[in-house]
Amino acid sequence: MCGIAGIINLDASAPPSRDALEVMAGALEHRGPDEFGLYLDRFAGLAHSRLSIIDLSTGQQPLSNEDGTLWISFNGEIFNYVELRAELEQLGHRFRTKSDTEVIVHAWEAWGEAAFERMNGQWAVALWDSKTHTFVLARDRVGVRPLFVMEHAGRLYFASEVKALFAGAPSFSRQLDPVGLDETFTFWTVVPPQSIFKGVRELEPGHVAVWQHGRFVHDVAFWRPMYPSSETRSAPDVLGAQHRFSGSLAEATEALSTALENATRLRMVRADVPVGSYLSGGLDSSVVAALASRAKPSGFKTFSLRFADAEYDETPYQRAMVQRLGTEHAEVVVSRQDIAEVFPKVIRHTERPILRTAPAPLFLLSKLVHDSGIKVVLTGEGSDEMLAGYDLFREARVRRFWARQPQSKWRARLLERLYPYLTRSPVSQQALTRQFFGRGLERAKEPGFSHEPRWGGTHALKRLFAPDVAAALQGFDARARFLATLPPEFGSWNFLAQDQYLEVRTLLSGYLLSSQGDRMLMGNSVEGRFPFLDREVMALANSLPASYKLKVLDEKHVLKRVAKDLVTKEILERPKQPYRAPDALSFIGERRPAYVDESMSEQALKDSGLFAPGPVGQLWKKCLTRSNDEQFSNTDNMAVVGILSAQLVHQQFIKEAPSTKRPPFKTVVVKL
Amino acid sequence: MSDIKEKVRQFIVSNFYVADASSLKDEASLLDAGIVDSTGVLEVINFIESEFGVTVDDAEMVPENLDAVNHIVAFVQKKKG
Repeated sequence: MCGIAGIINLDASAPPSRDALEVMAGALEHRGPDEFGLYLDRFAGLAHSRLSIIDLSTGQQPLSNEDGTLWISFNGEIFNYVELRAELEQLGHRFRTKSDTEVIVHAWEAWGEAAFERMNGQWAVALWDSKTHTFVLARDRVGVRPLFVMEHAGRLYFASEVKALFAGAPSFSRQLDPVGLDETFTFWTVVPPQSIFKGVRELEPGHVAVWQHGRFVHDVAFWRPMYPSSETRSAPDVLGAQHRFSGSLAEATEALSTALENATRLRMVRADVPVGSYLSGGLDSSVVAALASRAKPSGFKTFSLRFADAEYDETPYQRAMVQRLGTEHAEVVVSRQDIAEVFPKVIRHTERPILRTAPAPLFLLSKLVHDSGIKVVLTGEGSDEMLAGYDLFREARVRRFWARQPQSKWRARLLERLYPYLTRSPVSQQALTRQFFGRGLERAKEPGFSHEPRWGGTHALKRLFAPDVAAALQGFDARARFLATLPPEFGSWNFLAQDQYLEVRTLLSGYLLSSQGDRMLMGNSVEGRFPFLDREVMALANSLPASYKLKVLDEKHVLKRVAKDLVTKEILERPKQPYRAPDALSFIGERRPAYVDESMSEQALKDSGLFAPGPVGQLWKKCLTRSNDEQFSNTDNMAVVGILSAQLVHQQFIKEAPSTKRPPFKTVVVKL
Repeated sequence: MSDIKEKVRQFIVSNFYVADASSLKDEASLLDAGIVDSTGVLEVINFIESEFGVTVDDAEMVPENLDAVNHIVAFVQKKKG
């Protein structure tokens, strides 16, 4: 796992600057502190910071083909590289190293853009063909690995993280983009290609972009989530063609079990360093840890996050699994104060505003992993999206059922099955919850219906935007823009598949795998691997009938059947608990760090120009008069975390000068 | 009446940080506008009870009494007799 960066000439005639490449790699040191390398010719420069995991001795980058004309800077892992290499050797390709990186170079030579469909893994790749002056960027299917681009002064800059772009082009005018802010306060994240910075784009997951002779050629999807059409028995033979699984539930259980076993094993054996696993106390990571510990029966390391606040803590479930698996276990206990103290560093890594503090404890967990000498961990991420674990999917099913008889009081009461706290809540909460979820029932068949309560509720926080930001957004509708990008097949999928697609395209890539995933892991030089996001697991999951995934209101039904022999009875039977951390409560304690009040001050708000100081002042005053035991509303929580994080993004990326750190370079190839 | 309304409006504007007070329509649903969420309604009830010295019974905690400035004002007036 690594950081990649580089500069390609578009109109500019002087070669890219070696200094710029060096500081770009330096800005990515946390992603790859082991070695640094760069390649530079008259038209292109590639840089690389390496975290050595596969082929420790000869896997340095940038790396080239045999005659030194095709160069690569690569971040990630190709888990089927051994199989692809054998195929390429059959075609006559010869290899100098044992790395997966070299396999991509030859795969590109053999198959061109079609190479990426063959790769099972998680990657961000930059390829430069100095013979044809072709430059290629590609990113894995769901966006596990990040990749950003921007144009400045006749050159194209690319990097794993935006901080490297800014370091390489310090004269670039850095500004926050109101559209990115609008998306954040709608979808809980920016959605690629949109970024939070003006002029910076994120390459979309599953895309390949090509430039030739300094001219943009195309940016196309080689994969996107696809589901079987509910109208025909056979899947259309198009991009990411998706077949319908026609077997029984028992056969689906067997198939999923095999696919997950293979996916986990591949992620264990395709590493030349030890691999550990997270153990959250939930179903997904427990399944992964159980499968992984089968592959490594002794000395397998697991890591858990505990909370000082009992409300968020899952310790008993974690320890029961540890006992069952007999792993070498380590834990970190996180308090509200810890979250407040580490938050600026967290935002330095997310590089975008967030509406939840949930990434912060995960940053502290990956530090524990790093300090334990482990570079690679498996996690259960992706299971909720692929196998329908979220409450949102159940909620949408209830609301659609209710929409068929909108007057029915009984149907509305099914919401209590989803949110058991409602049965204990005052009547007001029940009645208002019904009103909340009952809005827009007439649009039950329209795209976006499932996400409307979330998007609409969050969108209302835009009332906190500064007048200038609001004016810049006049006429802009983030929801309409996103829904206009839905693929033509969308309407032919069953409702659950539609809802899953929206979740994968918005929150999975933009938040869970990024702010809560790659960034929190790489911030401590740890690589995450996600068996549920394996190519074969995703293809199988997407092919399953909706009822295998969400059986009436039983989420991840087929996975629970797989898990029966893998996890404890308590984990199997417990109601799903979403991963949460204390939000606004983390920032109101008497010992809160000074930056919190500074960031929320009228002066800082005026400086950033993002939010209206008056209403934010009212919100902050309200928060500070609360006692530490009082719960905040969802709206207040999102408002506080969203504003504070956006203020920190402004402080760290707009106001402060970019990094000028220059690491020592081991591999340097200069052909000027 | 206008005094109650003024207090209710002031509470909604400051407690739910409404940037533009003039945009707060007396008849509009606070829930639909995203100003109050299901936890926020407890704050509305607390306010009614402490500010106007009335008790909100369980059966009265319904949108018809709580989900718009006008609804809240009418409800408080009725309770105060």
